[in-house]
Amino acid sequence: MTFRRLRIAALLAASTLLAAAVSGCAPGPSGNPAASGTPQRSGTLTVFAAASLKATFTRLAAEFENRNPGTTVTLSFAGSSDLATQISQGAPADVFASADTRNMARLSDAALIHGQAVNFATNVLEIAVPAGNPASISSFADLARPGVKVVVCASQVPCGAAAESAEREAGTVLKPVSEESSVADVLGKVVSGEADAGLVYATDVKGARGKVEGIPFPEAGKAVTTYPIAALEGSRNKELAAAFISLVAGSDGQKTLADAGFGAPPAEVRPSQ
Amino acid sequence: MKAGQRRSPGAYTGIPSWIYVVAAAGGLLVVLPLAAMVAKVNWAQFIPLVTSESSLTALGLSLRTSAASTLLCIVLGVPLALVLARGSFPGQRLLRSFVLLPLVLPPVVGGIALLYTFGRQGLLGRSLEVLGIQIAFSTAAVVLAQTFVALPFLVVSLEGTLRTAGGRYEAVAATLGARPGTVLRRVTLPLVLPGLASGAVLSFARSLGEFGATLTFAGSLQGVTRTLPLEIYLQRETDADAAVALSLVLVAVAVTVVAVSYRGPRRPPAGPFGSERRTTAVPARDRSVQ
Amino acid sequence: MSFRMEAAVAARGFDLALTVGPGETVAIMGPNGAGKSTLLAVIAGLLHPDSGRAEMGGRVLFDLGSGRSTWTAPHHRGTALLAQEPLLFPHLSALENVAFGPRSRGESRRASRKTALHWLGAVDAGGLAGRRPAELSGGQAQRVAVARALAADPGLLLLDEPMAALDIHAAPLLRRLLKRVLAGRRAIIVTHDVLDALMLADRVIVLEDGRIIESGPTRDILQRPRSRFVAGLAGLNLIPGTLTEHGLTTAAGQDIAGQHDSILDTEAAAAGPGVEEWSGLDAGAAAPGQAGVAVFPPSAVSVFLTEAHGSPRNSFPVTITDLEPRGDQIRVRAGELSADVTPAASADLGLAPGMAVFFVIKAGAVSVYPA
Repeated sequence: MTFRRLRIAALLAASTLLAAAVSGCAPGPSGNPAASGTPQRSGTLTVFAAASLKATFTRLAAEFENRNPGTTVTLSFAGSSDLATQISQGAPADVFASADTRNMARLSDAALIHGQAVNFATNVLEIAVPAGNPASISSFADLARPGVKVVVCASQVPCGAAAESAEREAGTVLKPVSEESSVADVLGKVVSGEADAGLVYATDVKGARGKVEGIPFPEAGKAVTTYPIAALEGSRNKELAAAFISLVAGSDGQKTLADAGFGAPPAEVRPSQ
Repeated sequence: MKAGQRRSPGAYTGIPSWIYVVAAAGGLLVVLPLAAMVAKVNWAQFIPLVTSESSLTALGLSLRTSAASTLLCIVLGVPLALVLARGSFPGQRLLRSFVLLPLVLPPVVGGIALLYTFGRQGLLGRSLEVLGIQIAFSTAAVVLAQTFVALPFLVVSLEGTLRTAGGRYEAVAATLGARPGTVLRRVTLPLVLPGLASGAVLSFARSLGEFGATLTFAGSLQGVTRTLPLEIYLQRETDADAAVALSLVLVAVAVTVVAVSYRGPRRPPAGPFGSERRTTAVPARDRSVQ
Repeated sequence: MSFRMEAAVAARGFDLALTVGPGETVAIMGPNGAGKSTLLAVIAGLLHPDSGRAEMGGRVLFDLGSGRSTWTAPHHRGTALLAQEPLLFPHLSALENVAFGPRSRGESRRASRKTALHWLGAVDAGGLAGRRPAELSGGQAQRVAVARALAADPGLLLLDEPMAALDIHAAPLLRRLLKRVLAGRRAIIVTHDVLDALMLADRVIVLEDGRIIESGPTRDILQRPRSRFVAGLAGLNLIPGTLTEHGLTTAAGQDIAGQHDSILDTEAAAAGPGVEEWSGLDAGAAAPGQAGVAVFPPSAVSVFLTEAHGSPRNSFPVTITDLEPRGDQIRVRAGELSADVTPAASADLGLAPGMAVFFVIKAGAVSVYPA
């Protein structure tokens, strides 16, 4: 009897160890605590950023690691609301860059933000059409033409909300064939030629250069999306987080963002730096 | 001392006790997340959340498309299973591998593949468009995507049943003068009906849960292509309570469907000595295919 | 109107020719793997032979390997198959099972029911009409299966060990039933049981390695076995060799004294249909140098611990492999040979497996004839 119980105990112990080993594989939120406070910055920084920031933040993270030898930046890209949900569930992140103010506000209300969020970029909608513009779209009004297959984001996601306000602004009611849950899905439908046109961000058009053509439209100016960034309360390396945010909001960061098609942040909340 | 000597009220099972521990862990892995989700349900708002127009539309669309794709799975899958189980031709193994591929393929890959087949610029889509048939962004696209991912479930289930049943009943039927069509209708299909039914139920359940291929291939529009899983995914962006409530509805529908019509492999009828099998009289093979 | 067939299946080393007259029942016997099931499968159309030809009542069942090939599908052959297991369709009642053949033939529902009821009655299973196969005992199910095969009105009924899966109570019942329904019906029955051959068949064909090694009226075959297999069936010892004037010499060079046996001449001539196939029964012409066999019953064998002399006797030094009870006797097995002794004699001699003894047979008890 005792023998059997022992075996079960051993088994349970082994499985606990296994679980610990597995969870230990994930990188911690910060690196060596002894290194913090020294003039030479070092350690690991985990940045959660909206999917639309993938290209720019990948470049900026490399830049950051170059300037601060000994640091490692781990990036995680996803939809802003997914990231916000993960953070509120305790995901180990140091910095959060959102593609809308609403999800940042969600975290701020939950007291998960350290200090103030900084708006660092804006984005506007553009009409994306497949290469060659088969449906000959030239204005927002063209999207409402019968037979034109338009794909937009669903109103629940930020790009969809922006599309709705553009519709209101233009006084044009669209009848989309699909309301996708992410801007990437909209872009995908345009790239594959399934849709004649889609409403995506200017940065998406730039990122898919060659595969889609972008058609800016004036009504988009009334539906500007603002990108805020903030350090997180749960961060164990807040100094490193602040340094990364400075890079993004600073002139080098701004140049990289502008190259990718982002607009400058709204002037009134622009940081002094 | 030995694990196998564990006293139990029933018959001897031959299962070492540590197996129960691991089995319990496996069961918990499935049950615990479901329980956690149930715990998160906002019961006060549950009814309004699940009876909202968009929710009901999505549920109705899901049930309709899943029923249609199950039907399509039966129409296409029964001949496939027959050919795989009974036929003998070059490339049979290859055909089986390809039919089973969607089981292991990420659904989004299936969606992309379908897009390049039935999409406007796709292999068949271009010709279909000429004929005035547009599949992209239509409910038909949802049914296609669901059929693509669900078909292997029916084929695997039915092929297994066909193999277990063996070809001897068919051979006897043929020597009695029944032509192949009659054998199929009056012998083969009735014999494998349980396998066909469980395969159809699995296909329905898989169709009901289809997400990735639909999202990639069919798009998402209320009442047309936005099935319940897509609605849940979208609601999650803004309203976690609604997403959880709808998830629960989906789980409930799936559990009901599976419980009602899929009772799992049948055991031989219990004799006077518990689950001991009757070894004389009727050959076991006769019973297993009823 | 005969059924004639010759067929070869190279992969199974199967190559034989066979004729079954109208109303004749032929038993097929042979060791496992001899090709018995292959034979039935080829006739029923479930297996494609590589070459050969078969016809029944002027209709060609298959004609392969001779330029244009003809193949009649199983459902057009009229060769109903009754297997070891009843294989009743489990989703149909006994009546529907029996009506399956007539229905497939195109009979109306009503007419096929009538036919089915007739045949269920013929196998004493009229009371089982409404039962499902799962509700039948093994013997009942096999009876219904017989009715189902007969209801299909086959030109040739194929029975593949129909009694093998039945228990010892059900088998005699079915055997009696088959004797009744097979009378005057063309049938081929594969069996392991010599009793089936004796009771049901007009003629027995013995297969070995895909070929016919013996063929003839059942009684004659059993009385004058020419192969170890048939000798075993008949419960006789058989030693092959070359005929000599006084008996036979084995391949190992041992002389066996025996009686040249020609008693079967007249009986063979009167044996009835099917004998035209069997031309080897010509014992009167036995000549020294010809291949032959020496056959003797185990009851004629005495067991001695030392070599016994005294002519004319045959004495074989053997090693006992097994002892087994056999009625009120003990059967002493030594390799291929057997002897029957009384339990008392066995005890007196202290017989046990592994013991070296002598099997002694009087020459007068040994029949020698050409193989």
